Amino acid sequence: MSIETETTHVPAPALKAEVKQLDFYYGDFHALKKVEMPVYERCITSLIGPSGCGKSTLLRCFNRMHDLYPGNRYAGGGIILHPDNTNLLSPDVDPIEVRMRLSMVFQKPNPFPKSIFENVAYSLRVRGMKNKTELEDRVQQALKSAALWNEVGSRLNELGANLSGGQQQRLCIARALASDPELILFDEPTSALDPIATASIEELLMELKDQVTILIVTHNMQQAARISDYTAYMYLGEMVEFGESEQLFIKPKVKATEDYITGRFG
Amino acid sequence: MDQARVEQIRRLIVVAKRWDTFFVVLGIMSMMFGVLMFVTLFVDMGMKGFSRIDWEFFTSFPSRHAAKAGILSAWVGTILVMLVTAMAAIPVGVAAGVYLEEYAPKNWFTAIIEINISNLAGVPSIVYGLLALGLFVYQFGFGQSILSAGLTLALLILPVIIVATREAIRSIPQSIHEGSYACGATTWQTVRDHILPYSSAGILTGIIIGMARAIGETAPIITIGALTFIAFLPTAPFTGDPPAGMFDWIFAPFTVMPIQMFNWTSRPEAAFQLNAAAAGFILVFMTLAMNGLAIYLRYRLRKNINW
Repeated sequence: MSIETETTHVPAPALKAEVKQLDFYYGDFHALKKVEMPVYERCITSLIGPSGCGKSTLLRCFNRMHDLYPGNRYAGGGIILHPDNTNLLSPDVDPIEVRMRLSMVFQKPNPFPKSIFENVAYSLRVRGMKNKTELEDRVQQALKSAALWNEVGSRLNELGANLSGGQQQRLCIARALASDPELILFDEPTSALDPIATASIEELLMELKDQVTILIVTHNMQQAARISDYTAYMYLGEMVEFGESEQLFIKPKVKATEDYITGRFG
Repeated sequence: MDQARVEQIRRLIVVAKRWDTFFVVLGIMSMMFGVLMFVTLFVDMGMKGFSRIDWEFFTSFPSRHAAKAGILSAWVGTILVMLVTAMAAIPVGVAAGVYLEEYAPKNWFTAIIEINISNLAGVPSIVYGLLALGLFVYQFGFGQSILSAGLTLALLILPVIIVATREAIRSIPQSIHEGSYACGATTWQTVRDHILPYSSAGILTGIIIGMARAIGETAPIITIGALTFIAFLPTAPFTGDPPAGMFDWIFAPFTVMPIQMFNWTSRPEAAFQLNAAAAGFILVFMTLAMNGLAIYLRYRLRKNINW
């Protein structure tokens, strides 16, 4: 399949990252095939597609999550992070360095069984921050950015697990924000949440894009259409179409994309 | 729905539920068998030995006169040997478990090590005794000492601690692992800040189960040549002239509770049988106390952890 890229009238924002000719294998299974995709700075980019299309696999390449398990293999191409042109997948680049620059929020809220404060402070502690007032400032700032401060500011010593599902996910977002990342990866962040919590997370993402670049995997096309500036449609490990969300959802260029978003397939 | 069909469904349920009833009865019987056996043994020992259990019994050395004999050297020996066992087995066992779960590459070599660890748990304890006799007592020259006994029992319970550590680590959800790594943590930071704290309840349970097994082991201790009659105490731990004198106690000869019991049961006089029953009662009580501690600590440590 060929890759169709939208040519826009308005100048595109600066590039934050670029996926180039990326091939990835789970053992013998060819999960990503010559994938190409830009990620624009301070925009929300959605990855959509049916189950097993490789959207989460692609997302988890960005912070080298695949390195944690044996048998996974980056087989060619790379992900270039701008402005320093670092190839995130290069064997010379330490995965920990990559994860220090990019944060991730998972499908199911996964707060550590620690206090609310310690959950957020953890990403700062692994970066060697020890000064108590500095930690407190940064934690407060992150909780405010994640729209959680008003709800938990007075009970930072309580366990993160005692919060509601939506609050737990915002706690995880605060944890991801605390380290001031260049890019945050969201892996279906609302699929375990009820509609009200989902709406609050979506609203939060729209606010966050002013300060950070966001790449989000979602199984929910309406969500992608609502919140994202750019959308990529993947199928069977290939990038079928990438474009501005408005264009992709209203007049897709590829027939396969149209079939998927109109519900004729998927 | 017509009445006949409802009747038919009800009959079917009654028949199907017979298996539930059958299994419940079977289960209660199996459980009661174990519990009753234990209670009978415990009560029998308690009734026989209770007349012997007084302050003197704990503060007297063994004696040729049954009524004067006590378990002072035995319980002190047991506690000191357990101390050495814990100090040797816990760090090695936990470190091995953490390494196998978090660091070791998955290949044929680690697979062989894993299989061998499970097999080690099934090796008869007398074999450990023979190994220790050759290795610790003669080769390393530790002699028939508290150190040799403690290390022998440490070897014996090492597989239990390793397996418990691994099980406890595996019960931590993958999402917590990934959450830590995604924050930019190294493997060591993940182990120190998450894996060990969240698995400590399970690891502790394994340690105490292992210690409870070690406290009653007799065969390997006899094999390395523990004395059966000992009428003095080792120097109290960590009280000698530092630095070398502090460790005099680990090279002292010793006896332990089960050996004291074994010694008494092999005497012809009936009065010594009472002593054996009393010592057995105290030994079981020590084991139960350790298990009780394990349950309490597990409850305390797990209270704050739910995923």
